[in-house]
Amino acid sequence: MSSKFQIFKVGFFDLAPHLLSVIPFGIIFGAIGIELGFDPIMTYATSLIIFGGASQIVFLQLLSGGASSLIAITSVGIINSRHLLYGAVLSEYLNKLSLIKKLFISYFIVDQGFAVSNMYFKKNKKQNFNYYHLLGSGITLWLCWQISTILGIYLGSIVPEALGLKFAIPLTFIAIIINELRKLDHLIVMIVSGLAATFFYNAPFKSYILISPLIGLSAAYLISKFKK
Amino acid sequence: MTWTSILFAGFITYLTRMGMIVLIDKDIFDENFRKILNYVPSVVFPSIIFPGVLLDDYGTLVAITDPKIYGALTAIIVGFFSRNVILTIASGLASYWFLIFVF
Repeated sequence: MSSKFQIFKVGFFDLAPHLLSVIPFGIIFGAIGIELGFDPIMTYATSLIIFGGASQIVFLQLLSGGASSLIAITSVGIINSRHLLYGAVLSEYLNKLSLIKKLFISYFIVDQGFAVSNMYFKKNKKQNFNYYHLLGSGITLWLCWQISTILGIYLGSIVPEALGLKFAIPLTFIAIIINELRKLDHLIVMIVSGLAATFFYNAPFKSYILISPLIGLSAAYLISKFKK
Repeated sequence: MTWTSILFAGFITYLTRMGMIVLIDKDIFDENFRKILNYVPSVVFPSIIFPGVLLDDYGTLVAITDPKIYGALTAIIVGFFSRNVILTIASGLASYWFLIFVF
């Protein structure tokens, strides 16, 4: 049985490799905010209040391009709707927590944190205080996102564009799901979702991020029927 | 105006994070639905990966010779055999940079 702090540390270490993409992305975001003409406090506020990398970029780009607030807010909602799926998965492991703890921990749910903590939860179903893993991964990412946004705001584009560090984002997600590639059903579902996302990428409001997982889940449903 | 938008966008994002965890009771999902939820990482992450590799900044398909494609393939192969997160990311970036800067 691991102590709360030990579990928190495991969350930190499981998430740490993914900071390789989070930190450059945060710096790039901070720099973009300023370039688009937002003041430092406003740019930073999106990291604190919205706290969702891709959605923050889209949000500021839309507003600076003259889009209405309604369109900008809707886009953020759609891009971040994937958290609903994460929440549905995590609810199984967090349902015993008090309301306050649930409300607190929810703020720290992010893609990479969900991915690594979900893996940990699956492996350690019997253990108490597992949610400290989610806190460890989530708070680590949160802290680095806040700091790297501020770095980007004040230092500007110190990450040379030629390095193409945006490419680190798909790479860290490849690292996250690589083990599922070993299962044929997951492999099929991944290819279906990925191709759907590529196909629907230019759909309005970035809705591809909602459409393609739903197409993928339908494929998963069909596969599970077929398996029986 | 911008401040109000930020607050609204933040509130909606928080709702997406908190909604399922706070409002959904464990028993609402039956066993079959849980099985489907097992696929969530396998449907969401490829939806981020594929466009990130196959499309450029303007949302058009990249050429088959694009370094991103070979970077991603390297990462997949190294990741598959090494099962190591850092190696996966590093090998993908290294091969990508090799193609960009050396070739």
